[in-house]
Amino acid sequence: MSANAITIESVPAGDQTWLATLHGWLTTVDHKRLGLLYIAYGLMFLVVGGVEALIIRIQLMHSHNDFVSPQVFNRMFTMHGTTMIFFMVMPVLFGFANYLVPLMIGARDMAFPRLNAFSFWLTALGGLLLYFSFLGGSGLYGAGNAPDVGWWAYAPLGAKAFSPGHSTDYWTLSLLVSGFGSIGTAINIIATVLCMRCPGMKLGRMPLVVWLYLVMSGMVLIAITPLSAAQIMLLIDRYLGGHFFDTQAGGSAVLWMHFFWIFGHPEVYVLVIPAFGFLSEIIPVFSRKPIFGYPVMVAASVAIAFVSLSVWAHHMFTVGMNSYANSFFALTTMAVGVPTGIKIFNWIGTMWGGRIRFKVPMLFCIGFLFQFLIAGLTGIIQAAAPVDWQLSLSYFVVAHFHYVIVGGILFATFGAFYYWYPKVTGRMLSESLGKLHFWLFLIGFHLTFDVMHIPGLLGMPRRIYTYEPGRGWDTLNLIVSVGAFIQAIAILVFVANLIISYWKGEKAGNDPWDAWTLEWSTSSPPSAYNFATVPVVASRRPLWDLKHPEDPDSRYE
Amino acid sequence: MRIRPNSNLRTGLRVAALVLCVAGTLAAEPASGGIPNIFAPQSTPAKTIFDLSLFVLIITGLIFVVVGSLLVYSVFKFRAKPTDAASEPAQVYGSTQIELAWTIIPVLIVVVLFLASARVIHAIQDAPVPESALQVTAIGHQFWWEFHYPKLGIVTANELHIPLSDPAHPTPTFLNLLSSDTDHSFWIPELAGKTDLIPNHPNTMWMDPHRPGLFLGQCAQYCGTQHAKMLLRVYVDTPEEFAAWARAQKSPVVTNDGVSAGRRIFETTACINCHTVQGTPANGTFGPDLTHLMSRATIASGAAENTKEKLRLWIQNPEAIKPGSLMPAMKLSDPDVDAVVAYMETLH
Repeated sequence: MSANAITIESVPAGDQTWLATLHGWLTTVDHKRLGLLYIAYGLMFLVVGGVEALIIRIQLMHSHNDFVSPQVFNRMFTMHGTTMIFFMVMPVLFGFANYLVPLMIGARDMAFPRLNAFSFWLTALGGLLLYFSFLGGSGLYGAGNAPDVGWWAYAPLGAKAFSPGHSTDYWTLSLLVSGFGSIGTAINIIATVLCMRCPGMKLGRMPLVVWLYLVMSGMVLIAITPLSAAQIMLLIDRYLGGHFFDTQAGGSAVLWMHFFWIFGHPEVYVLVIPAFGFLSEIIPVFSRKPIFGYPVMVAASVAIAFVSLSVWAHHMFTVGMNSYANSFFALTTMAVGVPTGIKIFNWIGTMWGGRIRFKVPMLFCIGFLFQFLIAGLTGIIQAAAPVDWQLSLSYFVVAHFHYVIVGGILFATFGAFYYWYPKVTGRMLSESLGKLHFWLFLIGFHLTFDVMHIPGLLGMPRRIYTYEPGRGWDTLNLIVSVGAFIQAIAILVFVANLIISYWKGEKAGNDPWDAWTLEWSTSSPPSAYNFATVPVVASRRPLWDLKHPEDPDSRYE
Repeated sequence: MRIRPNSNLRTGLRVAALVLCVAGTLAAEPASGGIPNIFAPQSTPAKTIFDLSLFVLIITGLIFVVVGSLLVYSVFKFRAKPTDAASEPAQVYGSTQIELAWTIIPVLIVVVLFLASARVIHAIQDAPVPESALQVTAIGHQFWWEFHYPKLGIVTANELHIPLSDPAHPTPTFLNLLSSDTDHSFWIPELAGKTDLIPNHPNTMWMDPHRPGLFLGQCAQYCGTQHAKMLLRVYVDTPEEFAAWARAQKSPVVTNDGVSAGRRIFETTACINCHTVQGTPANGTFGPDLTHLMSRATIASGAAENTKEKLRLWIQNPEAIKPGSLMPAMKLSDPDVDAVVAYMETLH
């Protein structure tokens, strides 16, 4: 690749009026700005969803607590789940995709910049629709009420008979609209990866995070579609006299479950696959070794995507499927552990024999590895369908999937924040605040989610706004709640770090981590056109080749 | 069909179970018995699941120890040291043999776990219904349980009575699970795994309790506002107790002239639109059958004890006990409420 790509400095923007800056951000089609909009939007909802989680945890601190009414509690867990999945994790991950994919494949923008902006604003509108339900949910009465049917809105609870008013409609419409946004972005990522790579960037030379975003986008196309279809069918039921899920008129509640989970389970992998990508970028750089088994990592990712499309009904072991169906879904669910295990082994293989630097991004990745190992194993325990007959719908499951989403995805995403923040802002995040953030969050996480497994074993179902004393759940729930507050403090430290470091952080330079992928070859922050000259690559680690001309990767590939 | 690990393995399993149970109960505060616990099975399905869960726990525990140790080792062993040379470590790109090994071993583990699970799935789900089985229809309602004993002609609510099952002469109870509104789930951790009650989708489950006594549980599938207080009590009776209970449930209500005022109020207000008292004009089916209300320890699906004060409060203001319950406040005057409560107290 051309050497002048790494020496280019960012051109300082001229003084703009406040209004012009705002106008620039609102009308932007630049992939980097849209990426940042996605991330800012997701972080806002991290705080909102976090507050909802804290309300849930205050209510459950002891038995027969009356901090909130059952109606409010039910809204809180519905909104917490919907918000965190659709309006926090998805936007943040799409934000990283937007920002990173073109930079990492040596492109100047996404394939369809205007579609990109359109998709973001659809997602933004979806979140606003969902939260407008707090004001307009019940229509005429003015008091408003948010959706309270749970984030799966199992039929027939979402039917007009059991969910009058408009709160469920806001839920439906917000998922429908943001789903179209997700599909738009997924198409854009696929087109960008397939068509916009710089010379020499063969598919087999792409950074793994780009590969994983390609896989994730393919899954979004497959998974979001049935969800959108189901939402439209629900609207037909509610307003046009349809009977798809209306059990009082012969509709099928189980059909909704299948529709929801054939979206819902691949969705888990939609969220975790980019997290795998972050790890596959960060661990090699901080271990000072290339990723172990690149082709196997790609194959395992594609395998996870395929197998994960066949596991959805493990959410339905208690629904009364016959023994053959239960056995099939037990098998596929266990089988998805094989490629996932391969990935964990390959990350350990990458660290093996390396010289590990324990910077904050790497700390979060090591946290991910431990927690994701445990989350995977509790997943295997529940894949044994009979065991799941006990564990399903209990707090054990709640602990398990928070282990995946918080202990896994969120940890990896924090790692990504610390890793790429210097590229985005030109300044380093504070290491000391970062370490405080990491340790506080780690302690809070384990207090909350390790302990949360136990009430599930003691028969505590999820989604209950209160519980009876004398069942051995009180102390456990108190510990869980204390942990939640420690996590909240850690999030405040993180947000403070993001803000303070933007002005006070150490100057980063182009390549603060001594990394190997293309985004580190351009200025920090990159100029609007990303690269002064389109780079040309000859291996998976173009910057390694540049830094080690005596021993380039291209010699071995 | 049960998993029968050899005795050494079995001892290991027991130790592991003990550790887990101790961990679980240490964290839990002492209580007056009746704490549900999936590791204290008292019935064949629960016991079979318990055995399988120990087997799966051992295997996943071993995987955790092996992979976790590798992870800890590599994090400590390969940390950068100040004495390291300035150059980069050896650049290793992968190894086909190692990749093959850590693909094949997990595949074998999956096969073993799958076979063990499939066996238990079949043993529990496809168990034949013996002649001696008691059939009960359980119907989920927002937010209470209705139980029918078709052969015995009994209808009751919220507190299920089933007979003890002697392993030599099993008398298991088979539940036919229905729902009249939203989805619910029947879960008594010590007796069996949970099964959902879904409208238009009848399900079955069974249990053969080996110990008499009271077993607690509650609705496990979110069913609406008061999902939390859709509690469930299962009484496992000895054959004699069960026969006596069934006899009492079938006996007609004894009319007591002393409470005719309360009875008249009950029968001339909206109460009878939802509630049944057999042998009287009250024949509603939307709420629990009250024919033998006094035979139950709790009201409002376990949300309150069945005492005079709670009954009074429940009739006057259900929201005070169970906000969001579908029972309306009947807006009766104080003397009228007292009269209705007095009538209720004769429904033995």
